[in-house]
Amino acid sequence: MGEIPWLSIMTFLPTVVAVGLWFINDEDPDVVASNVRGGALLASLATLAIAFGLWTGYGIFNHFDPATHEFQFVEHGEWFGKGGFAYRMGVDGISLFFVLLSAFLTPLCILASWTAIKTRVKEYMIAFLVLETLMIGMFCALDIVLFYVFFEGVLIPMFIIIGVWGGPRRVYAAFKFFLYTLLGSVLMLLAIIAMYYQAGTTDIPALMAFGFPRDMQIYMWLAFFASFAVKVPMWPVHTWLPDAHVEAPTAGSVILAGVLLKMGGYGFLRFSVPMMPEASAYFTPFVYGLSIVAVIYTSLVALAQTDMKKLIAYSSVAHMGFVTVGIFAMNQQAVSGAIFQMLSHGVVASALFLIVGVVYDRMHSREIESYGGLVHRMPKYAAVFMLFMLASVGLPGTSGFVGELLVMVGAFQANTWVAALIATGMILGAAYMLYLYRRVIFGEMVKDELKSILDLDRREVLVFAPLIVAVLWMGIFPMTFLGPIEASVANLIENYQAALAAAGSVPDAHALAAR
Amino acid sequence: MLTLIVFLPLLGAALAGFFGRFLGDRGSQVITCGLLIFSALLSWIVFFDVAVMGNVPEQIDLGTWMRVGGFDFEWMLRVDQLTAVMLIVVTTVSAVVHVYSIGYMQHDPSNPRFFSYLSLFTFFMLMLVTSDNFIQLFLGWEGVGLSSYLLIGFWYDRPAANAAAIKAFIVNRVGDFGFALGIFAAYVLFDSVRFDEVFAAVPDKADATLTFLSWELPAITTICLLLFVGAMGKSAQLFLHTWLPDAMEGPTPVSALIHAATMVTAGVFMVCRFSPLFEYSEVALAVVTIVGAATAFVAATIGLTQNDIKRVIAYSTCSQLGYMFFAAGVSAYSAAMFHLMTHGFFKALLFLGAGSVIHAMSDEQDMRNMGGIRKKIPVTYWFMWAGSLALMGVGLPIPGLPIGFAGFYSKDIIIEAAYGAHTWFGMFAFVAGISAAFMTALYSARLMFMTFHGKPRSDEQTFSHVHESPKIMLAPLVILVLGSIFAGAIGYGYFVGGGMEAFWGESILVLEDHDSIEAAHHVPVWVKVLPLAVAAFGVLLAWMMYIQWPALAGAMARALRPLYLLSYNKWYFDEIYDFLFVRPAFYLGRSLWKSGDGAIIDGVGPDGLADLTLRVSRRASALQSGYVYHYAFAMLIGVVLFITAYLFVQAG
Repeated sequence: MGEIPWLSIMTFLPTVVAVGLWFINDEDPDVVASNVRGGALLASLATLAIAFGLWTGYGIFNHFDPATHEFQFVEHGEWFGKGGFAYRMGVDGISLFFVLLSAFLTPLCILASWTAIKTRVKEYMIAFLVLETLMIGMFCALDIVLFYVFFEGVLIPMFIIIGVWGGPRRVYAAFKFFLYTLLGSVLMLLAIIAMYYQAGTTDIPALMAFGFPRDMQIYMWLAFFASFAVKVPMWPVHTWLPDAHVEAPTAGSVILAGVLLKMGGYGFLRFSVPMMPEASAYFTPFVYGLSIVAVIYTSLVALAQTDMKKLIAYSSVAHMGFVTVGIFAMNQQAVSGAIFQMLSHGVVASALFLIVGVVYDRMHSREIESYGGLVHRMPKYAAVFMLFMLASVGLPGTSGFVGELLVMVGAFQANTWVAALIATGMILGAAYMLYLYRRVIFGEMVKDELKSILDLDRREVLVFAPLIVAVLWMGIFPMTFLGPIEASVANLIENYQAALAAAGSVPDAHALAAR
Repeated sequence: MLTLIVFLPLLGAALAGFFGRFLGDRGSQVITCGLLIFSALLSWIVFFDVAVMGNVPEQIDLGTWMRVGGFDFEWMLRVDQLTAVMLIVVTTVSAVVHVYSIGYMQHDPSNPRFFSYLSLFTFFMLMLVTSDNFIQLFLGWEGVGLSSYLLIGFWYDRPAANAAAIKAFIVNRVGDFGFALGIFAAYVLFDSVRFDEVFAAVPDKADATLTFLSWELPAITTICLLLFVGAMGKSAQLFLHTWLPDAMEGPTPVSALIHAATMVTAGVFMVCRFSPLFEYSEVALAVVTIVGAATAFVAATIGLTQNDIKRVIAYSTCSQLGYMFFAAGVSAYSAAMFHLMTHGFFKALLFLGAGSVIHAMSDEQDMRNMGGIRKKIPVTYWFMWAGSLALMGVGLPIPGLPIGFAGFYSKDIIIEAAYGAHTWFGMFAFVAGISAAFMTALYSARLMFMTFHGKPRSDEQTFSHVHESPKIMLAPLVILVLGSIFAGAIGYGYFVGGGMEAFWGESILVLEDHDSIEAAHHVPVWVKVLPLAVAAFGVLLAWMMYIQWPALAGAMARALRPLYLLSYNKWYFDEIYDFLFVRPAFYLGRSLWKSGDGAIIDGVGPDGLADLTLRVSRRASALQSGYVYHYAFAMLIGVVLFITAYLFVQAG
């Protein structure tokens, strides 16, 4: 091939640097900490630069071709001899922006942890760099076993981050997270083994083209669903999320909300839908049902929360309800919208967790009641919070609007009941976010301990600035992202329809007329 | 030029918002006001160009917004006659309010923020009226909602202001919920969200049906009704009107600009803009008429008994918007737009006048504590009369040469059109309109009498402080006074008279058998005289109750106590909604969280599993007794089981 294996370089660069960081030692822990911070930031920025380069084709990089649905920058290396699984990497329009999202959020996390993390800084940064490798690897993997390794591997640094640098109830949270994911992982592994025996390959494109028998699809779909539904998370397997968020350090929450929740949605798009189309069609009403419950139920629950992080965690579940509806509505707007909604949520929810982190760093409380009237002392903070609150409620002009709009337009074509019911999320979402904002930011400042609170400092502004640009850019010029997604989504839908047509189970008229 | 009109206010908002601290109060004021006045001047040029001279409507493409499959539309500014009218109303009132606010907000510490919000609002409003597709309209729609939220809650220390701001946003979101579904339905039916393409396709789809929820419904009617839900929210029509009176918590210039002259009329504009859709649905038109007429009536009844000067005007706004809607409902779109324009002038005048009163009275808003101040603030007093007379629709219906205040022309043509429509719902609107006209005169005169006449009821100190507002507040009002007096007479010919067809061009569609404006010109004389007669009677009654025999008002309230309470408590809408929606939402949220997530999901799921594991392991640890013969026995049992199982498998 002779080309530079950029995907592998991008994937493993953070880990290589992490290994290097391990050897930084000094008698003065402050020296170690500052060197490690700098090194980690540089490594993550370099990764981001590669990801950005591959997308835009700037300079030495090959350009990502938005016109094709094929996997690009493909790498192939034999691993366990012939026929077995191999090291295969590549990206298409569906995975490209998830890679970019992971690479975008990691430097921000490192920057956000600059002063908040004081103990075991070296280990913390290493955990984050390894996490980045695993996330990017997962989105690039073109071999199902390789995917599985990355997919499960991601959990390890996440456990460690919650378990070591987390809050007081971190053990309970980590355990709950573990219990939920364990069940799904085991079943998914079984399904992968079954697929290998059936198809004789672990190559993802080959598996997509294989065409499994219907009965097997049903079982496999359920096994994959058990794993992905927990990650999304879908109702009723969402209860690990609020606890995990509450106990995780700020940057941990950012990665959790920003990237880990997307693993489920990505999994549905990469495996469930293309490899098990008949089962996907069969289970679509089931997914709709769970998603609608998720949107309405968790929005109501969010309204009653007293802990800021929990509130945002529940709002995440509601927003991800839109994503699962979009994926299974299976038309161009719905699926593109679902992907866009995931990217948007990755930016917006991350920003909201960082926003909570800002005041948590100052006051060490996440209780809504401990705040009030912050606008008096923190006008910049109030403005940033306002913007992301509006993005969260899907105000036009922000990224949140585009995703929700496309999903609802798509869902309306598939099933008007679904569209009408999830659209109630527009109302409920506004209710809980505005209510939160009012209690934290507005009102008179009566609490003495808040009277000396400081506004955003330069480092914090630096963290929020890229997120602000992203959320507005995505809202005003969404074609930057929707364009490269389009071909891959079109191909996905085409294959899906073809598979259903071949199987004789004709989907409903609206889905056929997918535009 | 259009681009400048729309984006200059945004520039002003950004400058004042981001650099307010460097620019200072004065700098922010000068920049935002200057840019807005410039934008207003350009708007008038465009208005003359497009509407009066009849030049070709303009479209400016600013690039693709979204293109996903067939869901395809641009950022696009377009101006036709309908937009041109809105442009001048929005930018003129906005410029007036900007300048007025320099005086009104002079003691407020957050001037840059205030002016930034005002300009931001204007930008979104202009995006709304210049959009050429549903989605951009929706952007402006939600954007003005955001600005309204920000400005209602401008004084964020006040709990009431915060509550009102949230209420406004959420009630509007309820409307937007319907609006959004209407857009989706329109896209499914027409395969486009661009106005031109949709409107062109309507006649072909007039009999199409659409599956919505579980029913097969006539498509156009469904779309219109869903869109109208959005209009009801934004324009505070019955059932979704509760936010508007509360919105008076915002600074008074905001009430004038957003909650009287511009934003709340967006719903009317929307129905007029979608006249090519509504015309093809009798059901939708009937609903629009009935909701509008009912609102005109109910809001007027509430306005009769309110004591807060701003709330009286707010309910009056609600009521007047009802007029505009039933005008649109009987296909008199041009009359609706005409009233929208005149109302913009006189209602902004009334609000700003009320602001001047409040300013003079040291922030007192309760009319029971006013009275006897007309000599002290004569300019405000006469300005307010101009606005009130325009609102009452006072004029002389001399055949061939009617003379009167602005509201006289626009309100009468609406009432006449309702009569002339000759439909059952038109008749309903006519009756409601006449009753509301009577009440309008009554509450307007009541407001004037309670505020300015009679004995002073305020305390000494406040009364001695009463002073006329500074010139910077009064000067801009002159424009509105002129508008309130002359806009009707000047606009009549263009908007609803002989020059109507040339003026509106193709921006409004009226089917031939719906031509109620034409019919309105030929109604019997008593229909033309009646509105004026009831208005005169209303003023007379107010004079008797509040000037001649002040005890009469109290006596009437006692005599008609149930009706009085119904009106005073605003028909109990807030209480009912609180009971039906707000409390249950919080209650449900808490119980779903505690019992749903906590007891059921976690109880059966992870916690239950952990509990079970713990119990099993306790049992298991009890087995470890330490006696060797226990273990040996257990092993033996195991061996026996293995062998048995092996034999079974072999045999099988």
